[in-house]
Amino acid sequence: MTLFQISEPGESPLPHARKRAIGIDLGTTNSLVATVRNGLAVVLPDDEGQPLVPSVVRYGEQGIDVGYSALARAAQDPGNTIVSVKRLMGRGLADVGDDRRYPYRFVEGEGIIRIATRAGVKTPVEISAEILQALRKRAEASLGGDIDGAIVTVPAYFDDAQRQATKDAARLAGLTVLRLLNEPTAAAIAYGLDNASEGTYAVFDLGGGTFDISILKLSRGVFEVLATNGDSALGGDDFDHRVFCWALEQTKVPPLSAADARQLMTRARDAKEMLTGHDAAPIAAELSAGTIDAMLTSATFTDITRTLVAKTLAPVKRALRDAKLTPADIKGVVLVGGATRMPQIRRAVAEFFGQPPLTNLNPDEVVAIGAAIQANKLVGNRDGADWLLLDVIPLSLGIETMGGLSEKIVPRNSTIPVARAQEFTTFKDGQTAMALHVVQGEREKVSDCRSLARFELRGIPPMVAGAARIRVSFDVDADGLLSVSAREQTTGLEASIVVKPSYGLTDGEIARMLQDSFAHASDDAQARALAEARVDAERIIVATQSALAVDADLLAGDERAAIDRALDDVRRMSDGDDRAALAKAVAALNNATGAFAARRMDRGVARALTGKRVDALG
Amino acid sequence: MIDFSLNHFELFGLPSRYRIDETALEHAYRTLQGNVHPDRHAAAGDAQKRHALQASARVNEAYRTLSDPVARAEYLLHVRGIDATDETDTKLPVAFLTRQLERREAADEAADAHDEAALAALSKDVADDAVRLRAEVERALDGDDLPAARSLVRELRFLAKLAEDLDALRAVELDG
Repeated sequence: MTLFQISEPGESPLPHARKRAIGIDLGTTNSLVATVRNGLAVVLPDDEGQPLVPSVVRYGEQGIDVGYSALARAAQDPGNTIVSVKRLMGRGLADVGDDRRYPYRFVEGEGIIRIATRAGVKTPVEISAEILQALRKRAEASLGGDIDGAIVTVPAYFDDAQRQATKDAARLAGLTVLRLLNEPTAAAIAYGLDNASEGTYAVFDLGGGTFDISILKLSRGVFEVLATNGDSALGGDDFDHRVFCWALEQTKVPPLSAADARQLMTRARDAKEMLTGHDAAPIAAELSAGTIDAMLTSATFTDITRTLVAKTLAPVKRALRDAKLTPADIKGVVLVGGATRMPQIRRAVAEFFGQPPLTNLNPDEVVAIGAAIQANKLVGNRDGADWLLLDVIPLSLGIETMGGLSEKIVPRNSTIPVARAQEFTTFKDGQTAMALHVVQGEREKVSDCRSLARFELRGIPPMVAGAARIRVSFDVDADGLLSVSAREQTTGLEASIVVKPSYGLTDGEIARMLQDSFAHASDDAQARALAEARVDAERIIVATQSALAVDADLLAGDERAAIDRALDDVRRMSDGDDRAALAKAVAALNNATGAFAARRMDRGVARALTGKRVDALG
Repeated sequence: MIDFSLNHFELFGLPSRYRIDETALEHAYRTLQGNVHPDRHAAAGDAQKRHALQASARVNEAYRTLSDPVARAEYLLHVRGIDATDETDTKLPVAFLTRQLERREAADEAADAHDEAALAALSKDVADDAVRLRAEVERALDGDDLPAARSLVRELRFLAKLAEDLDALRAVELDG
């Protein structure tokens, strides 16, 4: 029986007891989880050694699938298989635009997007939570216990609603979120610590669905983000879509069913990836609407995606301007995201900055690696270098004023955390309430900005217009998340605020979702028992191997063969999902090594005695 | 963690004057953030986390104010009991205002003609003016001539706004 160790509150049980910390890159196309192990950041693969989890969730007849198994069924069951859900985080139906791009049944309504699936109506937060949960379980199985803290990365250009949605998803997945970390900043940590480079760098991050550019200054152990910019709706998916449209035009195939569209989109992606190493790629698909058979050359691919490549350079220019720098000031350009493998992207970046980009780390893994390094530090594992990260908020935060204009309270690229306040006054005599509308974005008109939330301040004592002084405070924390409060200065009336997030979940909804997740708690308990059994198995395998390495001469031939057989059994069962069978194999191994252990102990005592002088025993 | 009653200069251990040692400011800023930043307290209890958040935001605000030449001047006046940011008081020397009005007209014309070079020249002009004005602000503030300082700081704020608007116009040309 296992005795659990419980330590003094607030103290680590042992000076060298490490906490389990993970970094998660929750991507549009693929997600990863990484951790720091023996001082080295590593991506945690699945049982088959695959590091990536496709960010795909399928609500099937038998249950929920995440990753490759869900992706494999995407074409047959497009309506219940949600891909690229990150694009929908913190968004409303109106933001989706052309919803024919999606084979889902969207539920009509205001606010957050809802999708009708076989398993009921799901929000992007719940769908993302399934991916995060799969990653959490992978990490628990690999690290042998509960995760103490996680960093989840977000595109630097994510607005408040998108960040909040990501944090809600992580909570729902049972993760303790140490921090939301901007993806380019995470990549810089992964690079900076390996290369120990001082200077100003640009991180060009083109993922599956988002584009970020960050300008960072690295000096004397401080990572300071000078400016960030981007497009939260531009990524590798858009290149796939261009190829998809091109293939349809070439072959004049009539409008497609959802299943056909998903299949052709997959072929389009395959062709795009093939063009990274080849001059031409075939696109062939047997669709119910007809046959597609086309050959895409890299010249044509470059041509049909020219506007997309140009779209990445405008934010790069804006970020440099905000940092008051020119391309010549940049010491190196780091490429992040699988989409930066496209040769036309690399050419455009090299041409703009006048130097070839840095690509020595795997662009798919660099964000998760950086997140793991930062998570390891934040959770309190003190090992290796020390550094400080100073990040910024990507988009200005403001309040709607008379005339539908945005009064900016926190300008973009302000270092976070940041607290700012501004005073407003009443417009009419005797006005006793004030509606506050919080917006995010750079444009003057509120209608061009993103609506974050609406508040009401009630109970203002009647005064003449302009006499009341209402101080509105904006607080942005280190995750880049905003909270707003209001206070009438002459009376000290604190806002009786009703928060209505424009594109978010209310606390009540989160509570309900957490409640629902308890229904699956027994699954979780089983998964955890299996994970613990695997860790036990690993421990006994290692112990047996090291004993054999030292004292194998104590065993007769048949004894040794029996132990080797038992070891193989444990290894095999450890790869499976049957906890009872694994426990049995472990017990058998224990049995087979019983006599061996006794002989080793005798030999150990004999050695200890001969190694010491007799008087030392007294 | 930090003493919230200190003013920004005291917080960074710097003399309360306009001329500033930028290296010392940056060093003090980094040292303080190294202690109070929420990342340093991510594994702590809620109360400590909240305190770190407030302290770190305060240090950021102090650094932003002191590292910006206009905000620093306004803050120094504020510390000495003078409000230079009251928008109901718009009095500025006529010669100064006339000159800026001419610049605004030139900027509008250049923008209409999509003449980025002309906008860049105007920007440079305004930046040069601001450098001269900052030297005057320094003499007035550090020489304790507060009424003169107040007027000069308001001119400096005016130029900063103009420079910002010129940057925005240039951005339109450069992005286009």
